[in-house]
Amino acid sequence: MTHWIIAPVVLPAFIAALMVLALRGHLGLQRIASLAAILALNAIALALLWSATQNGPEAYFLGDWPAPFGIVLVLDRLSALMVALLAFLALITALYAIGSGWDAKGAHFHPLLHFLLMGVAGAFLTGDAFNLFVFFEVLLIASYGLMIHGGGDRRTRAGIQYIAFNLVGSSLFLIALALLYGVTGTLNMADLAMKLPTLPEGDAALLRVAAVMLILVFAIKGALVPLQFWLPGTYANAPGVVAALFAIMTKVGAYATLRFTILVFPTDLPATGTLIPAFLLPAALVTLAIGALGILGATTLPRLAAFAAIASMGTAFLAIAHMTPEGTSAALYYILHSTLATALIFLVADLVSRRRAHLDLTSPAPVAQNGLIASLFLAAAVALAGMPPLSGFIGKLLILDAWRDQAFAIWPAVLVSSFLMLLGLARAGSLLFWKPSETGAPADPAPHEPLALTATFALLAGLVLLTLAAGPVTGWLDATAASLHDPAAYIAANRLKVAP
Amino acid sequence: MEALLASAIGLLTAVGIYLMLRLRTFPVILGLTFLSYAVNVFIFVSGRLAVNAAPIVGTIDTPADPLPQALVLTAIVISFGMTAVIMIMAIGGHLQAGHDRIDLDEDQA
Repeated sequence: MTHWIIAPVVLPAFIAALMVLALRGHLGLQRIASLAAILALNAIALALLWSATQNGPEAYFLGDWPAPFGIVLVLDRLSALMVALLAFLALITALYAIGSGWDAKGAHFHPLLHFLLMGVAGAFLTGDAFNLFVFFEVLLIASYGLMIHGGGDRRTRAGIQYIAFNLVGSSLFLIALALLYGVTGTLNMADLAMKLPTLPEGDAALLRVAAVMLILVFAIKGALVPLQFWLPGTYANAPGVVAALFAIMTKVGAYATLRFTILVFPTDLPATGTLIPAFLLPAALVTLAIGALGILGATTLPRLAAFAAIASMGTAFLAIAHMTPEGTSAALYYILHSTLATALIFLVADLVSRRRAHLDLTSPAPVAQNGLIASLFLAAAVALAGMPPLSGFIGKLLILDAWRDQAFAIWPAVLVSSFLMLLGLARAGSLLFWKPSETGAPADPAPHEPLALTATFALLAGLVLLTLAAGPVTGWLDATAASLHDPAAYIAANRLKVAP
Repeated sequence: MEALLASAIGLLTAVGIYLMLRLRTFPVILGLTFLSYAVNVFIFVSGRLAVNAAPIVGTIDTPADPLPQALVLTAIVISFGMTAVIMIMAIGGHLQAGHDRIDLDEDQA
């Protein structure tokens, strides 16, 4: 499988370049190439997932330079899982973009989509901290283009804020990396994991600063309070299909936090100890509260969806902050669930936007295809609030179970915020679909877009599948979490030379 | 030399943060640029300061660390590209909106 590890990075890069250079202006051909490449990416991701399950962690040495001098990509169960999730979401969003005509509203939707896939896949696969920064920049620069896709004054200005925020994040990331390199002399993650426990005591303070700054950067990406300000403005102003795709980008922050807190800064590391969970936990709780209150107070449907994304990140980080195999497994299940659920609510919001005069929740207007869209919204709301029967319920149950040692503090927070989300979503749903318009005029006829509806239902089917297969999936995730917390195999895959 | 570099980085960062908090896009972009200068110098320093030391093994007894120089090159290229992107976006936003305020709130009420 060795060379296939780099395929999720190389394939989108090649296809994106091909589309920009050779297929410029041919939307039909671009659609075919884009879909074919995403289907291939799905096949590769499944093969990698199978390989990682069978063979354990495996490293790919770029240019055959030995680690830690060269850059390595490391395929393990976690990275394979995230790449597979990315490939599935990419398929849904590509189908939806084609079906809804979003990709025709600007020149380069499909190339940008593939550059984004390249960046996200690279960030999931890389085993080198500086390379992680580079892939973050790749995915960000593609996301800038996607965010302002379709244009418009307000969208462009929201895009400027988004870029400025992320440039500050990149600066922080670089400072943290420089500190890490100055202290340890390496940026390979496995090498860092080996070297940090034997760090001289005098460097511990510098290392703590570096660790906190790194987690801050990931918190910006993961929209953790107090660094979540960029998210509502960005996601609510981005095209709906792009916002759905961005559901995976906040998960990049969660993934990087998981990877670094477990591999590089575990709680038994003397220099950092429980420093990171000590501030991740309150931040996650506040994020959850802000997300729930935001849902309750949102005045437009896209803003409601954006706050739902924030609440789901709060829940995911809550599980990550537990820092045990149990918590990690729960976090992984919730990350799978919330990526799909968040994408679903953004797609539903986009469907509503083309069937209703406006997206305000404050003034009533009729919705075309009311029953169909309302049932999709209901499914998304059930998933987001964590009600049975969908997977959000199982995910929150797993997280509550992981935190049962501190049930007094954590359970009320999760349960009350879920209740607030339920209220907010129910209120939004009844205002959107039940309140008749003041004039009593019927809605404009619905646009005919079977492919977009199919894509939305396929996403819902993914959620249902995740619920039905919860047993095998959690079993597999338990094994993944166990292997993450015992990183010997991951480090061995890097084939580091042990200093004599 | 350490004190000089440290205070230079500090000054660049301070100027960068001050400008970043302004309300118009142009000062914000300038602030981001200052910040990225500070970061670039900081990365360079992470390989320790060395005078008259080429980063090539074998030419001298104590060569300078070559890796931060490679890292800073990457960081410069990326921050240059990002500045270009935000500049174009700022011009686009200015032309479309007729003003260059960075906040979104005034038309939300």
